Amino acid sequence: MNIGVVVFPGSNCDHDCAHVVKDVLGHDVTMVWHKEASLAGLDAVILPGGFSYGDYLRTGAIARFSPVMQAVKQFAGDGGLVLGICNGFQILLEAGLLPGAMLRNRSLHFVCKDVYVRVENAATPFTSFYKPGQILRIPVAHADGNYYTDPVTLAGLQANAQVTFRYCTADGKVVPEVNPNGSLDNIAGICNAGGNVLGMMPHPERCVEAVLGHDDGRALFQSMLTSLEQKKLAVVR
Amino acid sequence: MKAKIHVTLKQGILDPQGKAIEHALDSLGFKKAANVRVGKYMELDIDQTDKAKAEAEVKAMCEKLLANTIIEEYRYELG
Repeated sequence: MNIGVVVFPGSNCDHDCAHVVKDVLGHDVTMVWHKEASLAGLDAVILPGGFSYGDYLRTGAIARFSPVMQAVKQFAGDGGLVLGICNGFQILLEAGLLPGAMLRNRSLHFVCKDVYVRVENAATPFTSFYKPGQILRIPVAHADGNYYTDPVTLAGLQANAQVTFRYCTADGKVVPEVNPNGSLDNIAGICNAGGNVLGMMPHPERCVEAVLGHDDGRALFQSMLTSLEQKKLAVVR
Repeated sequence: MKAKIHVTLKQGILDPQGKAIEHALDSLGFKKAANVRVGKYMELDIDQTDKAKAEAEVKAMCEKLLANTIIEEYRYELG
């Protein structure tokens, strides 16, 4: 598989994502500069974390107008897998590829620590290697992760199982005390109705090798790549 | 023509910065201050003499980029 990692001015997790795909999982990676207008030849796209355009105006507000985002919209519209991590999630929201918006963390602090999240939907192409309800230990690092949307949209996300990850305790209880940023319903990640676009605040690319502490994020990339391989096989048949 | 644009969080959406400032004002003895809201102020020149056209442009700028209308509201003055 050939996975595109988009590089905006200010992205800083792009090489971590590339490392996972290439060095850990043995697939090809193409770094895609944000001025590119085409994603031809790529099997999936990752919008990495960082501070695109210095977070000026709002997080992701300016990056969404980068030329590559038109191509990302098209790619997602055609059913392609798009993963947005942290700043990538914020960009997907600003671009309207996922519903809602990010507010400043309720504490006003930049939160950088390991948290626990519960896999709420293990039936997406990003989560199929997890068990439903599985608890992952995974780092967050953000100042604007306080997910907000209107009550109707929230109800829709819940009803359609689009809430993919929620912040929880080490034993899986979803309670406000462990919510690191004040997000609605302890939301840590959501997908679109088609399940092919996922946005998440935690950083799975920072926990893929046991030697570096923990590897709960690895299965997310394995899910993605396996789903792509299965899709390709189905086409060949 | 100059446009002066204010963007703030919508009423009803928690403004943690506003709350922090409110507490600080309170501890300084400004007991009558309440409902602090923090926002952004932007000004820009528009090469446009027709006020209606300028207004339409500023509105489009706010809707498309300057405000995120899911969480923010905006107002502007032209002159």
